[in-house]
Amino acid sequence: MSTTVASDAPRVADTEGMNYLVSLPRRVVTVYVPLALFLIVLLFPFYWMVITTFKPNEELLSREGNPFWVINPTLAHVKKLLFDTAYPDWLWNTVLISVVATALSLFCSVLAAYAIERLRFRGSRYVGMSIFLAYLVPPSILFIPLATVVYKLQLFDTRLALILTYPTFLIPFCTWLLMGYFKSIPFELEECALIDGASRWQILVKIILPLAVPGLISAGIFAFTLSWNEFIYALTFVSSSEVKTVPVGVVTELVEGDVYHWGSLMAGALLGSLPVAVLYSFFVEYYVSGLTGAVKE
Amino acid sequence: MSTFTSRLQDNRHALGIVFMVPAALVLLVFLTYPLGLGTWLGFTDAKIGRPGVFIGIENFEYLWGDAVTRLALFNTLFYTFVASVIKFALGLWLALILNKHLPFKAFFRAIVLLPFIVPTALSAIAFWWIYDSQFSIISWTLMRMGLISEYIDFLGQPWHARFATIAANIWRGVPFVAITLLAGLQTISPSYYEAASLDGASPWQQFRHVTLPLLTPIIAVVMTFSVLFTFTDFQLIYVLTRGGPLNATHLMATLSFQRAISGGSLGEGAAIATAMVPFLLAAIMVSYFGLQRRAWQQGGSDK
Repeated sequence: MSTTVASDAPRVADTEGMNYLVSLPRRVVTVYVPLALFLIVLLFPFYWMVITTFKPNEELLSREGNPFWVINPTLAHVKKLLFDTAYPDWLWNTVLISVVATALSLFCSVLAAYAIERLRFRGSRYVGMSIFLAYLVPPSILFIPLATVVYKLQLFDTRLALILTYPTFLIPFCTWLLMGYFKSIPFELEECALIDGASRWQILVKIILPLAVPGLISAGIFAFTLSWNEFIYALTFVSSSEVKTVPVGVVTELVEGDVYHWGSLMAGALLGSLPVAVLYSFFVEYYVSGLTGAVKE
Repeated sequence: MSTFTSRLQDNRHALGIVFMVPAALVLLVFLTYPLGLGTWLGFTDAKIGRPGVFIGIENFEYLWGDAVTRLALFNTLFYTFVASVIKFALGLWLALILNKHLPFKAFFRAIVLLPFIVPTALSAIAFWWIYDSQFSIISWTLMRMGLISEYIDFLGQPWHARFATIAANIWRGVPFVAITLLAGLQTISPSYYEAASLDGASPWQQFRHVTLPLLTPIIAVVMTFSVLFTFTDFQLIYVLTRGGPLNATHLMATLSFQRAISGGSLGEGAAIATAMVPFLLAAIMVSYFGLQRRAWQQGGSDK
């Protein structure tokens, strides 16, 4: 972390480097053509989602004509999704669960990261290490025993089950990220406040947190998208339609028998992706710094 | 002064513990305990609704002889290996492209990451439609170009399905690798490249002897995460094939779900999940030691 923080800023003016030596045709072949291919492949599934969402069934199920475009766009699939299925419920559940799980995780993580990084209590190094190890535990090896725990706590098929289990991957991630941010805040600030008689709580709330706002936003955005995208816990711990989240609802309930309603399936996928995509577009920098900050170190 | 600092010290340790309580409570109940319980369940014959009894390594013995489990192990290793190698190659390439001086660089970087941030289950649905046996857009295009004579059954045949799911996994993973490696590339000072090219180094030599060594620590971490994500992948397979056709795409994670949750054999499913742990530890170890060595070589301190 420290190396990157130090070296990010001053190089910006220098990035041009010796690029002027490279001719334009060469750049077109080595940079622009591959970049265009990458972008086409990476974005095509989204384009396809959008196109399919607005295509009437006759066009969807025809091999004639140009499938890459819509001739008679329709809102029928969206209408079916919003009025004939439990999709609005799933959306609401996903929002509720993601927001509460994120808030809970941020609260726990701020305290934990502050304790590990700034209070440096006895054994904090080991706690820090175990937080990192907890971050590496994948949900797919945890969901079976976790299902029995959820069942024993009588949380099965409730939103609370997901709100309480999502922090198992959110807290380690957020704590790890916030530890990096807290580390970069000078100790002197805290010492001054201590001498002036501030309590640790006041220091945390009035000095550390305001300085760590970018870190809090990164952690929050990241935690929110992770909760929004979570699948295996939501699939395992919830079975009633009215408690399901969007990813699970779309996958388990919109597929009826052998008749695939591709239009409404794609509409469901599109509407479920839009909120995270929009949120992400507003906070790209924070998201990327969260992603790279968590990987470095 | 000394009483002040000692009081502070006392305070610090006690307060540290207090501040850890909320996180520790959640993690101990919902992470540490289940982790232990999962290992224990792997040694029992627990079924849904019936607590099992200890049966030693019977589950593991049974699974070792079980053709489907063996196939799932092979699939998982194949899937992880092929997808990780390709993700690394394409991700590094994309990172190198994005590291060039480009107009709208921030914009490109932002949209490149889109496949990684949208819910995998939902983008997998889009791939399901793209791979549809009758209306696949890929088949349509290839037909029009005259490259194939009939529609490809992407998810209906074992090897087609394996490569189709790998392709979808690569699509989702490349942005992650590219963006994190890009962050690493941006920390390499351009003056190294200037020095290298003044000494007559070719672009390949610059890449091989400047970029790659300086990037190794980040490559190690990024690829560990990538391998971890890929090895434990669940959603993509669950949505696209549910492990079919003929179990050809079953991964350890999907098989353990099928046995434990759909089939009700919690013990057997937990044993499959437990069997994944050694592989994960190996991946972490490899990266950890690789990383240590490099940090030291670069004259870095312990961190």
